Amino acid sequence: MNHQNHPELAEAFNKDFERTTWHDETLWFVRQKRDKAVYPIPEFQDLRTLASEIKDHTLSNLDNYLLQFEENARKNGVHVHWAADATEHNQIVMDIIKKSRPVGAEERNIRLVKSKSMLTEECHLNAFLQKNNIDVVDTDLGERIIQFRDEPPSHIVMPAIHLKKEDVGETFHEHLGTTKGEKDPQVLTEAARQHLREKFVAADVALTGVNFAIAETGSFVVCTNEGNADLGVNLAKVHIACMGIEKIIPKLHHLSVYTRLLARSATGQPITSYTSHFTKPAEGKEMHIVIVDNGRTQQLGRADFRNSLKCIRCGACMNTCPVYRRSGGHSYDFTVPGPIGAILSPNIDLHKYSSLPFASTLCGSCTDVCPVKIDIHVQLYKWRQIVGNNNELSTSKKWGMKGLAKVLSMPKVYDLSGKLARGALRILPHGMTHNQSMNPWAKARELPDAPKQSFKEWYEDNRK
Amino acid sequence: MKVGLFIPCYVDQFYPNVGVATLQLLEKLGVEVVFPMKQTCCGQPMANGGCEQDSKGVYEHFVDTFAEFDYIVTPSGSCTYHIKKHYDIIEQTPAVQKVRKSVYELVDFIENVLKIEEIPVDFPHKVGLHLSCHGQRGLRQANASEITGVRDGQISKLLRKLKGIELTELDRNDECCGFGGMFCVTEEAVSARMGNDRIADHLRNGTKVLTGGDVSCLMHLEGIVKRQKAPIKVMHIAEILNGNQP
Repeated sequence: MNHQNHPELAEAFNKDFERTTWHDETLWFVRQKRDKAVYPIPEFQDLRTLASEIKDHTLSNLDNYLLQFEENARKNGVHVHWAADATEHNQIVMDIIKKSRPVGAEERNIRLVKSKSMLTEECHLNAFLQKNNIDVVDTDLGERIIQFRDEPPSHIVMPAIHLKKEDVGETFHEHLGTTKGEKDPQVLTEAARQHLREKFVAADVALTGVNFAIAETGSFVVCTNEGNADLGVNLAKVHIACMGIEKIIPKLHHLSVYTRLLARSATGQPITSYTSHFTKPAEGKEMHIVIVDNGRTQQLGRADFRNSLKCIRCGACMNTCPVYRRSGGHSYDFTVPGPIGAILSPNIDLHKYSSLPFASTLCGSCTDVCPVKIDIHVQLYKWRQIVGNNNELSTSKKWGMKGLAKVLSMPKVYDLSGKLARGALRILPHGMTHNQSMNPWAKARELPDAPKQSFKEWYEDNRK
Repeated sequence: MKVGLFIPCYVDQFYPNVGVATLQLLEKLGVEVVFPMKQTCCGQPMANGGCEQDSKGVYEHFVDTFAEFDYIVTPSGSCTYHIKKHYDIIEQTPAVQKVRKSVYELVDFIENVLKIEEIPVDFPHKVGLHLSCHGQRGLRQANASEITGVRDGQISKLLRKLKGIELTELDRNDECCGFGGMFCVTEEAVSARMGNDRIADHLRNGTKVLTGGDVSCLMHLEGIVKRQKAPIKVMHIAEILNGNQP
């Protein structure tokens, strides 16, 4: 993977003009729904500030709150596990699942149903479990679609947003036997619903993500629109909930600040259809929580980037980002795409993701839309500097920048260079100045006319 | 009041008329303007490219050039934002602090320092305003649609008072044009597509003259207008306020 990755994938995405239009407009529609839900709330900006400050406090006391959470969860009869990284997380989850094999089911694979969890995507849990003979079914509709297609999610809230209903129809025809050419969303959804009911009923273990974990009660909250987390958890004997360490909030009364922000920012709903609180296992059942670091403490230690851990995974920065809307989630090639992904990913692998902080115009829309006030565009700028300082820029760019900096710190050299460049632009034929393989600017744009006189030269002639 | 005029490098080289309009406009408004001849650039191009360490010499040269002025005025929200926000990596001498505090985008200077609310100019055209992100969200010169549905800002306030003007109501009032400095070539496909979409919005809603506070965005948008031969004239806000006609 080289540092030109995002531009290349984005260029490929843009080859289909109509589909890019559709993708942009689909996500812009979600952004507009968000605006309609946000504008009428007079205290919305205060809520953002409060949410940001609660997270500031929590991140500064994360060790204490995590231990408090663990203690209270254990008191509730919940098993708490700690995982330093993805490998540990996956192993812990598999061990729990293997221990959950029901009596009399020695011959078949154990069946796991999952509701949406970006953390398990991050840890590549599905592939690991499947390799170990565990049947894994994602039960969120969008997740199930991409699971059939063997694709990663392209958005953290709407994982199949890159697909049109025709694409889903084709996938369901192949995997669920719906009529070829069927594209009616209601018919397709019903087919998925019947298919998933069977899986829910047959499941041995249910896995969910965690939206918020409350230190003072040891309980956690899962937000869904499809109710699939509840169906899974209530039917299976064992519930495993996987959470990153940053999901903690101190007290139950802080929760409403976030639930008011989350769904409005994500989809323009006042609240998710289901906001499910889990505190202790039902009688005869087991509940496990796996608390995962996987690079988060390293990010916590980076003063300039620690507040990226405030993220509540609403996806608003994706919906608002003019680059994301026109390049698609897969162009980021990271579990969390879009602006927030572009500031989280370099923490994981600076070399591999070095193009992502540059996949932005620094317009700042992400920062203004973020419900917890993460200064995303400021962090993008700061990651760029780290990419530069770590020699991850191309040699031509690196030396080009050094050269330009030299020219711009010497007025006489700058004046002369400008004059020569303008002169050349005026003399050279259009076909040469606008050669598309030499000059990417010229692929879709004309260069500005090169005037005879710079402003400085005009000033000297007219005002001195 | 000692006012230094900063004409950003690409404006100096490619859009001298914007520099002339800025100078003439400030003079008409009664400001005595000095243009220091040794000026070059604010250093943003390298810094946005991940090489701010290389820019330090340019920053120091800028401070050295402009430290003597009470105000530094420039027809660019983007350069203003860069100086205010990113000159934090050099030693914060009194001169550096002074420069960062006294640099103003042109319209901000007119409205908030000169306290001028109206400029007597006839401009009987349908004008589309492109809100440049660094002025809008960086310097908070205009409302952001992420925060409020009320579309208002410093440039539109002045524009609305010009005689005969009609302002375009855009579908997307403050979407980025896709210029983004180096982004316009490193992410050419997305950059061009963003610019295309902005121009389409202006065409759909009847813009005849496209204006804004940053020549960088306008240069990118004009490049697309010219390539598409679209019936739009691109002018910087300084040119309109100076009474230039399309």
